[in-house]
Amino acid sequence: MRHVHWVKNLKELIRRTSTDLPADVEGSIRRALKHEARNSHASWVLGTILENAALARKQGVPLCQDTGTMIFHFGVPVGFDTNALLASTRDAVALATRDGYLRQNTVDAITGASFATNVAPSSPVVSFQQGARKTVDVRLILKGGGSENMGHQYSLPDTDLDAGRDLEGVRRCVLDAAWRAQGNGCAPGVLGVCIGGDRSTGYWHSKEQFLRRLNDRSEVTVLARLEERIMRDARRLGIGPMGLGGRTTLLGVKVGAVSRVPASYFVTVSYMCWAFRRRGVLLGPEGGVQRWMY
Amino acid sequence: MMKVLEYPFTEASVRALTAGQTVSFSGRIFTGRDRLHRHLFDGGHSPVDFHNGVIFHCGPIVQQVNGAWKVLSAGPTTSIREEPYMARIIEKHRVRMVIGKGGMGEMTREACRRFGCVYLQAVGGAGAVLARCVEKVNGVFLLKEFGAAEALWDFQVRDFHAMVAIDTRGRSVYRKVESASRRALTTVLRESGFARHI
Repeated sequence: MRHVHWVKNLKELIRRTSTDLPADVEGSIRRALKHEARNSHASWVLGTILENAALARKQGVPLCQDTGTMIFHFGVPVGFDTNALLASTRDAVALATRDGYLRQNTVDAITGASFATNVAPSSPVVSFQQGARKTVDVRLILKGGGSENMGHQYSLPDTDLDAGRDLEGVRRCVLDAAWRAQGNGCAPGVLGVCIGGDRSTGYWHSKEQFLRRLNDRSEVTVLARLEERIMRDARRLGIGPMGLGGRTTLLGVKVGAVSRVPASYFVTVSYMCWAFRRRGVLLGPEGGVQRWMY
Repeated sequence: MMKVLEYPFTEASVRALTAGQTVSFSGRIFTGRDRLHRHLFDGGHSPVDFHNGVIFHCGPIVQQVNGAWKVLSAGPTTSIREEPYMARIIEKHRVRMVIGKGGMGEMTREACRRFGCVYLQAVGGAGAVLARCVEKVNGVFLLKEFGAAEALWDFQVRDFHAMVAIDTRGRSVYRKVESASRRALTTVLRESGFARHI
């Protein structure tokens, strides 16, 4: 496979993700603005957000300066050379950083020293899944640090929250996470929730929920109902955009479930800011673009 | 609605501001985040004079084009991380305005009241809009030591918009929202639980 070709298109994926807010997210913010009172703090914030999205797209600059953790999900054909793909991805990240689509945002955990290219151990974050397919499916999420800091993991039962090991317990945890975040995760955000798993898979699957479109509906009926219920509840919290008050506290709640061991019942909540940077691309076997996603 | 502020600020001019007001100003702001706050808190040398000045909690994306700095994206970062350091910095350097997002805690609120400083909320994530306000980069300090995202940038801004969220009389928009939302949460949780019909 031709390295340069892959690097070019992966870099373009990063550029689009950083500068171009997905239509489902922007549409949801636009609808939210209609529900806020005129001249309120909430309408000032949401209006600025929409102006910012348009400006970033037009000028081709990062819509938020915190380009965050880069999380790549790759779906590849069986037997595909993922080492080469990882090398291309790392080169694409370095080039996107050089060109200002990503902030120099990766530092040594102990010394704090900055990695100029954003390429470092565990950066970018990648996962590969082989499947019966001919194309390479790439999805990228840029998740800012402020929102990442608002994630929480609960081990049920939780007596402080009166949360037992059932879906009502899950609802209580998710609302607690929304309340604790206030505006700090850059509200209005989206909550990704995982029921089950162990501590590490819980966080991973909670973030996988961010690959879903905001207007989709869970295929699991009871989870779809739970998502709707939590959204209804969240509208009444009054936290509002940036925690300044208002009707729009969340843009969405996406709940998934994975298996668990009988002893553990984790509910893991990840927070995604309104600057929900998520894009995807289908690349052919030689790295050519077949289709952009989202 | 937007109140246009005179620059430079004085103690009297910031004491006249009220939590909830949206304001706009043109002038000079210094960026600073985690490493700078820790540095100043520990008594480290300040490369600029913060007296009557503005600290903006921000780690911008900047690019050097033909030797000149260009700011591409410059929204606020979460301020609460600076809570352990902010009060001492306000007291020692007589900072008049802190801009960030998400609000700050009791120590900062008290320092704002005592020493005449206000905390302003800028719209988090609005990196492109706020970068557009930066007319000129006057300079940068501690770049080598802290890296571009943590360095102290000296920006000349025009029509920078933000909202007064903590004022000098101890009023805080966040405290109000937090306690009201706590009550709302209690109500929501008291209602009938989620019934599962799988």
